[in-house]
Amino acid sequence: MKDFEITYKKRLNSNMVWLKVYAPLVAKHAKPGQFIILRTDEFGERIPLTMAGHDSKDGTIDLIYAAVGKTTLLMDQLEKGDCFADIVGPLGNPTETKGLKQVLVVGGGTGNALAYPLAIGMKDAGAQVDMIEGFKTKDLVILEDELRSKLDNVYVVTDDGSYGEKGFTTDKVKELLSQGNSYDEIVAVGPPIMMKYVCQIAKEHSIPSVASLTAYMVDGTGMCGGCRIKIGGEDKFVCVDGPEFDGSLVDWEDLINRSKYYSKQEANAKAHICTLTGGVRYHA
Amino acid sequence: MLNTVRETNPMPEQAPDIRSKNFLEVSIGYTEETAINEALRCLKCRDKPCISGCPVNIRIPEFIDEVAKGDFEAAYKVIRETSSLPAICGRVCPQETQCQGKCVRGKKGDPVSIGRLERFVSDWYAEHYGNILPEAVESNGHKVAIIGAGPAGLACAGDLINLGYEVTVFEALHKKGGVLIYGIPQFRLPKEIVDREIKALEAQGVKFVTNAVIGRSMFIDELIDEEGFEAVFIGTGAGLPAFMNIPGENLIGVCSANEYLTRINLMKAYLPEYDTPMMKAEKIAVVGGGNVAMDACRCAKRTGAKEVYVIYRRGQEELPARLEEVHHAMEEGVQFKFLTNPVKIIGDESGKVTAIECVEMKLGEADASGRRSPVAKEGSNFQIPVDLVIMSIGTKLNTLILDTTDNLDANKKGGIGADENAKTNRPEIFAGGDAVTGAATVIKAMGAGKKGAASIHEYLSKKS
Repeated sequence: MKDFEITYKKRLNSNMVWLKVYAPLVAKHAKPGQFIILRTDEFGERIPLTMAGHDSKDGTIDLIYAAVGKTTLLMDQLEKGDCFADIVGPLGNPTETKGLKQVLVVGGGTGNALAYPLAIGMKDAGAQVDMIEGFKTKDLVILEDELRSKLDNVYVVTDDGSYGEKGFTTDKVKELLSQGNSYDEIVAVGPPIMMKYVCQIAKEHSIPSVASLTAYMVDGTGMCGGCRIKIGGEDKFVCVDGPEFDGSLVDWEDLINRSKYYSKQEANAKAHICTLTGGVRYHA
Repeated sequence: MLNTVRETNPMPEQAPDIRSKNFLEVSIGYTEETAINEALRCLKCRDKPCISGCPVNIRIPEFIDEVAKGDFEAAYKVIRETSSLPAICGRVCPQETQCQGKCVRGKKGDPVSIGRLERFVSDWYAEHYGNILPEAVESNGHKVAIIGAGPAGLACAGDLINLGYEVTVFEALHKKGGVLIYGIPQFRLPKEIVDREIKALEAQGVKFVTNAVIGRSMFIDELIDEEGFEAVFIGTGAGLPAFMNIPGENLIGVCSANEYLTRINLMKAYLPEYDTPMMKAEKIAVVGGGNVAMDACRCAKRTGAKEVYVIYRRGQEELPARLEEVHHAMEEGVQFKFLTNPVKIIGDESGKVTAIECVEMKLGEADASGRRSPVAKEGSNFQIPVDLVIMSIGTKLNTLILDTTDNLDANKKGGIGADENAKTNRPEIFAGGDAVTGAATVIKAMGAGKKGAASIHEYLSKKS
């Protein structure tokens, strides 16, 4: 087996893919909540991705991604047996599971892929774990069976009501709390705007919340500072201080604005993926 | 025969208006004739003050004497005995405060251009013998791990492999070289030169493991207890970029110099075939006055910015950057705003930077570092319209290694606690470079790497 070779590829829905990749140095010490940085090839950018799982015996890690930007579209061209140029990790701090008895995990869209290892990790650490999976529509629902087989309660909601219950994750959080469910932590993983409201609801109910943040970063070891975000009025680096933070302290406006840092360049890059080759590069 | 001309031989350079639009090396280098002529300016002083100014004690008069005789190969061998990366140091050392600062010729006229001669000798050698790689060294059976493939780690590896140790260097990034690769730009230090030095180390038997973050992918105690390494040298560099804590610092269009330079130098964001994005801007402000600030402002020029400002709170005299870089930046049209300090960064409704607000400063009493500390002039606020602000005001130490290594002590600054011989409180762990001192220079890191190698050799010789 070569380093960073794809050993398994499964399409989860129209744009999400599950990969297993051979990366023994990452798998050896990986823990739920940690991420990696990968590079597709010599010309590729370094992008962070939270691991969906790992197998330290086989030396593989699990990556679930949505093909939405240039790099993830390029990743879509890779098949079993192909290799990434580089994968480094595990990076960031693992999910804190100590002392938790009852947890509600809320995943939004592709965030469900990142919430998945976290929820399983908390369950394995002995907590009772409920999870709300939120999606736009039925076709985008992922990981439902995997989560149902492990967690205590799984609720699927869709914006358009085409599957599960109709509504937003925030509606379901409110409903569960009003029904008298009590949690000692609510974890939110998804679009910033969803995390913001989930953490707000938690605060209103005096429940501690945790948000798992993603940000632009280059090295992932604290050197570039591109992933800095205001937490309780202080600059924190998602890569070394996070990726999970106290949801009541996150400056959401700061996070939402910074998530648009390269949006123009990214739209350009995506528009320049060759329609003939689907992104396969031809330069030497 | 001694060359008594008071002025040094000027360095041939690309013209400022041409080079500020390309990433090719600015300084072209001495010819053989110029090198010999410059070497003949050396007085061969008996007490050799230049050597004491060199952190790795290159036998300077000796190599210069060989240059003067035209035996460049012999000159190279003299340098190589104490310096593992001469082509790099000739380019990036702050010679004016080191060897050349002590040169007796400098008392009346220019000092001998030791750095330019060092560069000439190593480039000459590479040109004539560059394809001949050194031979593999026979192993003495002892394994040493080095954390970080930057100048400290490479210098340490170079000395240890010569002594027969089995050396493995662990590097967090995907490319070897540390700050020489991600920080210092191509036009000041061509990456081919760094690659050449690393290839030579590999040929001698140094192993490199890239994509390995020690403290995450593996731990120092694991390397010692499970992987059979008998000693470890930590050369992980300076760490986290500092910000000013002023309003507007998280707007779109504010980044650290580390990030800006890494995108350009490591990720090649300025070349169209590479995917990494970078902010293209017309008006760029770089805050700070060190070498990193100079690298950032000169890169900014080369990415097509029309106006580039360096905003520095002290005066020109106090600039910590290497003299040649300041001179080059000025020639290339970078505008220096001395005695100026940012107080706020202003953005538009879409969260993008539009201007930087500054105050004028005056110099007050001398501070702990001996430099006069700047004080703001009340009511002197003014704005400079910019669309990118690059913060280059230093770094904070990264605590990952300290947090993940058993009983390893920190120093007062929060860096890894190590003495001048690179010894930590744990006998098998050594450390040096910016990870210990905070941000300094390439040559000081190399000096610390060499001290580390000597201490490791001493420790393992006693042990076995």
